[in-house]
Amino acid sequence: MSATTTDKKELVSGTSLWQDAWRRLKKNKLAVLGAIVLGLMIIASLIGPLLSSYTYDQINLDISSEGPSWQHWFGTDQLGRDILVRSLIGGRISLMVGFVATAVSFVIGVSYGAISGYFGGYVDELMMRIVDIIYSLPYLFLVIVLLAFFTKSIFMLFFVLGAVSWLTMARIVRGQVLSIKNQEFVEAARAVGVDTPTIIFRHVVPNTLGPVIVYTTLTIPNAMLSEAFLSFLGLGVQPPLASWGTMVNEGIAAISVYPWQLIFPGLMMAVTLFSLNFLGDGLRDALDPQTRKD
Amino acid sequence: MSIVLSVRNLQTHFYSEDYVVKAVDNVSFDLRRGETLGIVGESGSGKSVTNLSILRLIPYPPGKVVGGEVLFNNQDLMKLSEKEMRKIRGKRIAMIFQDPMTSLNPFMTVGTQLMEITELHEGLSKVAARKKAIEMLDLVGIPDASRRIDDYPHQFSGGMRQRVMIAMALSCKPELLIADEPTTALDVTIQAQILELIKDLKEKTGTSVILITHDLGVVAGMTDHIAVMYAGKVVEYAPTTELFSTPKHPYTQGLLKSVPDPLVEQEKLFQIPGMPPDLSNLPKGCPFSPRCSRVMDKCQEFPPVKQINAQHYSACWLDD
Repeated sequence: MSATTTDKKELVSGTSLWQDAWRRLKKNKLAVLGAIVLGLMIIASLIGPLLSSYTYDQINLDISSEGPSWQHWFGTDQLGRDILVRSLIGGRISLMVGFVATAVSFVIGVSYGAISGYFGGYVDELMMRIVDIIYSLPYLFLVIVLLAFFTKSIFMLFFVLGAVSWLTMARIVRGQVLSIKNQEFVEAARAVGVDTPTIIFRHVVPNTLGPVIVYTTLTIPNAMLSEAFLSFLGLGVQPPLASWGTMVNEGIAAISVYPWQLIFPGLMMAVTLFSLNFLGDGLRDALDPQTRKD
Repeated sequence: MSIVLSVRNLQTHFYSEDYVVKAVDNVSFDLRRGETLGIVGESGSGKSVTNLSILRLIPYPPGKVVGGEVLFNNQDLMKLSEKEMRKIRGKRIAMIFQDPMTSLNPFMTVGTQLMEITELHEGLSKVAARKKAIEMLDLVGIPDASRRIDDYPHQFSGGMRQRVMIAMALSCKPELLIADEPTTALDVTIQAQILELIKDLKEKTGTSVILITHDLGVVAGMTDHIAVMYAGKVVEYAPTTELFSTPKHPYTQGLLKSVPDPLVEQEKLFQIPGMPPDLSNLPKGCPFSPRCSRVMDKCQEFPPVKQINAQHYSACWLDD
């Protein structure tokens, strides 16, 4: 009796690529550690500022540039603001920039590259020349124009960063698709009557995920750094609001005198990026069915 | 018996910048319901392109079906819309590919791939499709099917993968199964098993089969009729036994002579002299003439298709 029930359960459930990937990811210790640290960082930056008795823009010139103490764990900056709270608030912005910009670039880049590569011929030629043209425009110029054109909100910044960083993603995916679309299983899928969109997104795109995920994990820090740079130009985060990028920027100026102003936000950023890399590496392995050892 | 597939003057050309390759040139043949047709020929003779043309799977550009009809149950497939065609592919005409190592998606479990077809064509729910998939895997002789269904293609051997491909092809009970060199990539022992399986399932389901191969031994035991292709043309078409006993076309004769006979001690294996023709630059007249041992002046002109008896055709000037 029990045998039939388990049989039935197996019969119904099956496993999808993602369930399998999750199972394999859990076995990768470094990836799990990365996920945990990343998770803690996200939770801390969301909840942390609420628990602190200081706010990120609370100026107190009496305690300007003090070192770490029990009152201010990470010390204070030139204006006497608590660096811990500012780092956590900065984490919100930086993590959001990283994830939203990368998500935007992922969605546009993968779809664009996959369509271009799959159809080939004139379609590919046209679509890739458009990419070349956008590539040849100075990146900053493009961002500034886009930011000036739309409202200069912080969310706009996320999308604009995503909208200019999908180009490389599109090229990577296109290259992958070009080699994958000629494999027999794509022809086999066509021979059983699967329609083109399904072939592209169900059969071809998952096969490109390896390099795509690696590139994605590289895009996140890139977006964070671009944000810091744009903020420096006055196009991104405006003071008193902070991001890790702007805090590191300010910290560098005072590195020899007040090193904690650089070290703490820099450390948080570094830890986050490290975890992301481990997680991305683990994800890539987990998503490739052929790496599994069981 | 009714005719399930009738190919009439099919022409498929591939266009390159400075020449046109006539990969399939005026090919005609009929296939009766429940019968097996073998298409034999050397590499590049247009066997696979003929069958991809039937399913309208020729990549355009560079290829294009430029003429002819493919009547499937008296319906011309060349006139259907792409959407109507998709409903025929996989459901009414299924195909098995040459290389089982690459014709399954490495990122999907075999179950998901099997389920995709029945979900698509028969509107089965996930649960029903999964049940059907296990049933099909069982049918093609995969042991422990309910467990293996969640495995990925790389966990199967070549022969097993070809079985999966066959299970996939037969899931919707197609009226026509096209097997494009289904055993070329497999060991000889596995070859025999796979052929036996196709034969067996054909009898069970009543499917008509087109078997493409360059191995005469494969077609001998499997087929009712054989079409011999050379340079994109059908040069001889006959019932299997007749083709083996009284081949008419010198090319067919050459092919049969080059099969080694284990009972006769031979010094040297017979081979047809010369090389397979360059399809972009065919000789005038009969394409086989430069390699033919019985070439005549007349061969400068293209030979007509001659009817030898009710079911035997040959495209050659020779009379005997």
